[in-house]
Parts: sequence; C-alpha cells; structure tokens
Amino acid sequence: MGMWATFRCIVRRDLTLAIRRKSDVFTTLFFFVIVVSLFPLGIGPESDTLRTIAPGVVWVAALLASMLSMERLFANDYDDGSLEQMLLTPQPPSVLVFGKICAHWLVSGLPIVLMAPLLGLQYDMALDALGVLVVTLLLGTPVLSLVGAIGAALTLGLRGGGVLLSLIVLPLCIPVLIFGAGAVEASTSGLGAQSHVAMLGAIFVLALCFSPISAVAALRISIE
Amino acid sequence: MSSINWFKYASPPTFYPLAGRLAPLFGVLAVVLMVVGLYLSFFVAPTDYKQGEGYRIMFIHVPAAWMSMFIYLVMAMWAAIGLAFKTRVSAMMSQALAPTGAMFTFLALWTGALWGKPMWGAWWVWDARLTSELILLFLYFGFMALHASIDDPRRADKASALLALVGAVNIPIIYYSVQWWNTLHQGASISPGAAPSMTSIMLTTLLIMTAACWSYAIAVVLSRVRSIILERERNTDWVASVVGPDNRGGRG
Repeated sequence: MGMWATFRCIVRRDLTLAIRRKSDVFTTLFFFVIVVSLFPLGIGPESDTLRTIAPGVVWVAALLASMLSMERLFANDYDDGSLEQMLLTPQPPSVLVFGKICAHWLVSGLPIVLMAPLLGLQYDMALDALGVLVVTLLLGTPVLSLVGAIGAALTLGLRGGGVLLSLIVLPLCIPVLIFGAGAVEASTSGLGAQSHVAMLGAIFVLALCFSPISAVAALRISIE
Repeated sequence: MSSINWFKYASPPTFYPLAGRLAPLFGVLAVVLMVVGLYLSFFVAPTDYKQGEGYRIMFIHVPAAWMSMFIYLVMAMWAAIGLAFKTRVSAMMSQALAPTGAMFTFLALWTGALWGKPMWGAWWVWDARLTSELILLFLYFGFMALHASIDDPRRADKASALLALVGAVNIPIIYYSVQWWNTLHQGASISPGAAPSMTSIMLTTLLIMTAACWSYAIAVVLSRVRSIILERERNTDWVASVVGPDNRGGRG
C-alpha cells in the first residue's frame, strides 16, 4: 500500500468509527457552545463588552473543547490493541498518526469552526470580524489537534490522563491563542489581520512538520 | 583532555560518589558567595536615585529569573542526552533539576510581585516578561506532573524527556508571541529591564549573587540526584554495600 492509500484508509476508518459513535462528536461541540454561552451570563449582557471579548472567548472555548476530545485520539485503539498492530505494520507510522490526527480534526475541529460564526453573532461581532475568526480557526484548530496529539500519545493509558493532558498541552498552545484572538482584534481595530494570520500559518506549517514525528516517538515510548 | 572517559560517569555506581564529593563543595561555595553577595547588596551597593532602597530586591530577583530559564535549558539538554545515549543518570539529572527550576521560577515571580507593588503600584501586570515566566512555571509543572504520574521509571524518563524537548522548542515561540501580544495590548510597557544603567558595584553584586544561586542549584541538584539514584537502584548490590543491606527498605 502506498503512503496516500494508507493515509486515506486510516482517515476513512476513523471517520466511520466516529459516525457510528455520534455522541462523542456532539459532546465536544455542545461543550464548546455551552462554554461560550456561559460568558455573557458571568460578565453581563452589555454588547460593547461582549464584542471586545468575543474572539478571546471563542478561542479559549475552542482550546478547551479540543483538549476534551484529545484524550480519545489514541485511547480506544490503545485499549483494544489495534494501535500496537498499526505500529507493527510496514507502513510509515508518522503517516498513520497523521491520518488519525486529520480524522480527529474533521470530527472535533471542523464542527467548532462551522459553529463559531453563529456564536460570534450572539456576541454582536461584525461580519468581516466573523470572517477573520473563521479563517484563524481554520488555521489554528489543526495546530491544536497536532500539538495535542503529542500530549495524547505521552499520557496514553495513565490515570488522570485527561487532566494531565490539558496541563502539559495548554501552555504549548498559548501562541495559537494569542495570534488567533489577536488577528480578529487587529482586524476590528483597523490594523489588518494579515501579520497575525501569517504567523498562525507559520505555526501551522511548523506543527505539521514536527508534530507527527514527535507523536510517533511518544507513542513508541508509551507502548513498549 | 581526551583521556577522560565521560561515559564512566554515566553509570550510577560511579556517579553517586562523584556527586557526593561535589555537592558539599558547591554547598560551601554557595554559602560563602551568598554571605558576601548579601552583605554587598544590603550595605555596600548605593541607594538607587530613582527607586530608593526597594530596588535591592533585584539582587535575588534577577538571578532567580536567569536561573529559571537556564535550568530549563539544562534540563532539556540532559533529557536529550538521555534519549540519545540511553544513559540512566542523564534522565535522573533532568528529573532532579525540575523542582529547583520551578522553585527559581516561583521565586522570580514572587520577588517580582514584591518589587512591582511599590514601583508600579500593582502586584501583577500582564507584562511580557512576567507572563512568559508564568508560562515557564506551567511548563515545569507539566514536566513534573507527567513524570510523577507514570509508574514505570523508564517510561517516565523517556516521556518527560520528550516533553522537555518539545517545551524547549516551543519556548522561543511562546516568548516572542507573548511579547508581540503585550505590545499590541498595552503600548509601551513598564519593563523591569529598563532600570537606569547600573554602577559597577551593583553589577558585581548581581554577578556574585548569580554565582551563589548557581552553586546552590548545583549542590541541591547533586544531592537530589543522589537520592534518586539510591531509590531507583535500591535492588542492586552496590547500593546494599553503600547503605547497608538492612537500610534499603521498599521491595528490597
């Protein structure tokens, strides 16, 4: 099997599994919606305040929601032993892991990106700010999945793995949060979002290059 | 120079006595330097024309901040050596360095708050340096938490070593993104580094205090790594001959 065929095979398998177990997808999405909806209740309904904090709130909620689903990236395959079998196959393991990360993003990251404009409207965000928000989420949520995969591989099968995963991955995701929320703010304040989006793209490329390799190294440590 | 066989000290039985000889040496050095440095910083260094006497906290704050960043790099270096050469002592060194690094990070934040209150009028501002120091503390906690929650020591060593390396790659990105974030939000920031240029006695005092912190860190880390070695190697004969067969405890 070629690399591309392997990749497609893994993505299709993980997506099929996700469709058969829909509750996992919806838990993450509803968690995101609920967290975003809690902030106006805590802060107050003044639309000026809400408009200022909207990008930050949406981004922090996306960060937390992706941590919530990250734990399951390798856990099910680890429990039934199929992860070990995958690593024993002659296919390059980084392609397998990359396939799993892509499938994970399609299931947990993409719904967040699609839901974000709706929540932004609740916060009275302007239309072009909403556009920038979607673009940054499109570039940024894959980074969360990529970096989170390293943490998920390191904490595989540990007690309290979920909390530990957040503890080690969240500090590493701070640049994504800064540039993601910063881009929206820069565009509303008239500075233009290009530089932030460019930085976000650079981080995305960097994570794309190094994260699958690191995740494979982490998986080998956890499984041996 | 090439006659020294460095790998000789990569084995716990040879490193244990070496650490035992070096630790008290650096401990004494730390005490002497600390006494000299504190005397200079309290009685010799002149009062600052702008900040009065309050600036004297700098003599512990700045070395602590330097050490906090430097120790993370040393920790990541030992982690990389441990992963590359599979030497057990390297992993133990990085494990021993983490609490000291976290302590210095906390000390830098704490003294920074004490310094910030009279100078800036606030215990905490979201200055780029303060924020990145706080994130560094989180990275130390993550490293220690990951190591503590894995029961198998070999897996714990390797997993936390990988995390330390990922963190070390991320530190510059985090640092510059925080700096960028801050300049966007706050405009010209009050920065502890913008203090008026130092007189030479202040600089000397600062360097002596840094050397004191350095010696302290070496002494403490070497003593801690000795405990870790004894704990990990408790089932071996050489530990039995060092501590006596009845004192090993655990699953002896």
